[in-house]
Amino acid sequence: MDRCLNNRENAKALAARIAKDAGVDLQDCYQCGKCSGGCPMAGDMDLMPRQIIQYMRLGLMGDVLRSKSIWLCAACHTCVDRCPHDINLPGLIEGARMEAKRRGMIGVKEVDKFTDIFLENVKMFGKNQEVVLEGLYNVTTGHLMQDMVNVPHMLKHKIVGPELNTTKQAAEVKELMLRAQAAENERKRGEQ
Amino acid sequence: MSRIGVFVCHCGTNIAGTVDVARVAEAMKAEPGVVFATDYKYMCSEPGQQMVKDMIKEHKLDRIVICSCTPRMHENTFRKMLKDTDVNPYMLEIANIREQCSWVHTDKEKATEKAIALARMAVAKVGRDFPLFTSTIPIHKKALVIGGGIAGIQAALDIADAGYQVTLLEREPSIGGRMVMLDKTFPTLDCSACISTPKMVEVSAHPNIELRTSCELEDVSGYVGNFEVTIRQKARYVNHDICTGCGLCETKCPTKVISEFNQGMSERRAIYKSFAQAVPAKPVIDPDHCRKLQEGKCGVCQAVCPLKAINFEDKDTTFTDTYGAIIVSTGYQLIQWQDLYPEYGGGRFKDVISGLQFERLVNASGPTEGHILRPSDQTEPKDVVIVKCVGSRDPKKGKSYCSRACCMYAAKHAHQILEKIPDSNVYVFYMDVRTPGKGYEEFYDRTRKDGANYIRGRVAKIYKEGGRLICRGEDSLLGRQVTVEADLVILETAMVPADGIGEVVHKLGIAMDADGWVQEAHPKLRPVETQTAGVYLAGTCQGPKDIPDTVAQASAAAAKVCGLFSKSEMETSPMTSKVDQSKCCGCGHCEVCCPYKAITLVEIDDREGPKKIRRTVASVNSGLCQGCGCCAAACRTGAIDLLGFTNDQILREVDALCQ
Repeated sequence: MDRCLNNRENAKALAARIAKDAGVDLQDCYQCGKCSGGCPMAGDMDLMPRQIIQYMRLGLMGDVLRSKSIWLCAACHTCVDRCPHDINLPGLIEGARMEAKRRGMIGVKEVDKFTDIFLENVKMFGKNQEVVLEGLYNVTTGHLMQDMVNVPHMLKHKIVGPELNTTKQAAEVKELMLRAQAAENERKRGEQ
Repeated sequence: MSRIGVFVCHCGTNIAGTVDVARVAEAMKAEPGVVFATDYKYMCSEPGQQMVKDMIKEHKLDRIVICSCTPRMHENTFRKMLKDTDVNPYMLEIANIREQCSWVHTDKEKATEKAIALARMAVAKVGRDFPLFTSTIPIHKKALVIGGGIAGIQAALDIADAGYQVTLLEREPSIGGRMVMLDKTFPTLDCSACISTPKMVEVSAHPNIELRTSCELEDVSGYVGNFEVTIRQKARYVNHDICTGCGLCETKCPTKVISEFNQGMSERRAIYKSFAQAVPAKPVIDPDHCRKLQEGKCGVCQAVCPLKAINFEDKDTTFTDTYGAIIVSTGYQLIQWQDLYPEYGGGRFKDVISGLQFERLVNASGPTEGHILRPSDQTEPKDVVIVKCVGSRDPKKGKSYCSRACCMYAAKHAHQILEKIPDSNVYVFYMDVRTPGKGYEEFYDRTRKDGANYIRGRVAKIYKEGGRLICRGEDSLLGRQVTVEADLVILETAMVPADGIGEVVHKLGIAMDADGWVQEAHPKLRPVETQTAGVYLAGTCQGPKDIPDTVAQASAAAAKVCGLFSKSEMETSPMTSKVDQSKCCGCGHCEVCCPYKAITLVEIDDREGPKKIRRTVASVNSGLCQGCGCCAAACRTGAIDLLGFTNDQILREVDALCQ
């Protein structure tokens, strides 16, 4: 299907906001593709990392928000490291992913689940608990046996074990996370 | 008996690494006529040259063979060296044992054998060499510049400022060319007319410049330093010696004609000045549209002219002058895209315009006084599409080359639209963005940051829907079809050589490339010269270029002319063709094939037994002859020899090789 490029003011405003939050000038991009070329996840992506910027520039935000790519980015920052203009592409992707999640557009549900469980975990214990994360992730996504072969190795090296992996400042971490959540809720109310 | 000296160069290890140079020298000692042979590390060095000079004295050498690099490299060096000796500089042969031997071979034994063979050929030829002497021709220190655009203006001013006389020829009624039609120039955005009109005025006021407008090149003969040029002054029907340019005639003329200067977007009168700042600032009558000249009625202009400057009886006249050098600066025009691109409407849509039309639209002295209004309904466009590479980089429909300036003026157009129409959207369809110039990439960056949407891909189709122009293409960066609804579409069309360039090229005897641009003598090392001595190039007649490059080339051509004029006479190469008139049958093959128009057929008095007869034979003008040798190859009777490469000399070489 073709894309009409007229009347894209709202989408362009959204793209501009995401770019501003990430500290990026979208017009800096040469479209050289060095980001895509070095991306370890690009093989599984539907939009190349380079294309995400071009879609945003033209105000084709629907394509970006619907894409799998914004969920598959591992935020490894290889692209930023190699970019001739030092464009914070993971920052743009994170902004796009947050916007997609707000709209209930979950491109890859496993990634979404993983992130949610991880954050819940941190909120509860002050640190991530591998056992809890693995267990909950496998049960909620239905991938029951995923990574189970690694268990003996992880036990042996005490990466996982019977005792909890906690921190003394657990309460402060929880406070921090609640404040972040409150700020997001505030923002949502402001939008409505 | 000739006394030949052979000098074999090592060129460091360049030659000596692959060729046994001592053996080559030794082998040459046995050749007939050779009285001395040796090898040396660097023949071209000061001690190397001194050794040759010493050996000439010691052994009374009269012919020299140097076995070294290509003659293109050091033949002149050694000729100059021989000027200090008793040996004629043309009694010298170079055997190329570097480029044609040591550099291309690895087997030392075989390379040495080949070097010996090459040296033997040179020895055989030098034995048949005879002294040649350069002659001098006088130089007429007046230059002709053909074409009064910015290139011609700059070249004329530079030559005139150096103190030489210049005639600037322009076929249109005013000088200024394309540059004066432009609104602003990239990347600095200074006003094009503001920087070019002062130069135009300077040309008209310069004591060393004779400005000839409404003039065309009629005929050229002669050669460097002495071109006889006939120029045709087209009838203007206005006596410019009397006319003050008051403009009254223009206001009263009843006939309206489409304005060429405003690219068809406004009207002028049949008696007109092309534009307000025209130089000369005096009108001419367009005979194709004047009612008096066409139908014999009207004559209003004549009636109102307070000075009686109008003369309907005016006729074309010709005049002849002598010039030492000619600069070709005939410029470019835009490709006629309407015939080539039906998918862009083929000219049916009024709001699909060319870049030059946009320049007039956005110009304060243009048809809309600088307001960007679309031609169809004079409304301000909100969505504008710019299409690059229309006719360029399109071997099927247009030209295969890149027109070089369009990327930059497309960026400039985008910038101007976004500046003048605040809530506008500009979409630029491109294949590549080429910005190789000082400040160019930065200008392109700035345009993108102004808000121009760059979309990589060619527009495939433009059609009309609901009064708007739908442009459909692919964003090849996304791999998706995209459409843009536009109010105005600007096509950045290809530059092509100006109409009539073919005739100019033919009259001057210079060469054209496959696309019709004038061919330079060497693309890198002689970019402002042609193959014809004394004819130089400036600006876009040589190929598409932007204003900075055009002006640079114009000044370079002017510098070449000034260099030529700095001497009162010029040395000519003696290696030209010579006709043995006793053998010549007057067939004229040589005249046809000579690329420099150096051969003419002449009648001579001769005898056939006791009878006196008149006979036609070929004659070479050594001032024009460039020594290419085409005529010698074409001559059926073997009457023509190229001095320095006579048939006898070449055959001796072949004999030596076949021994």
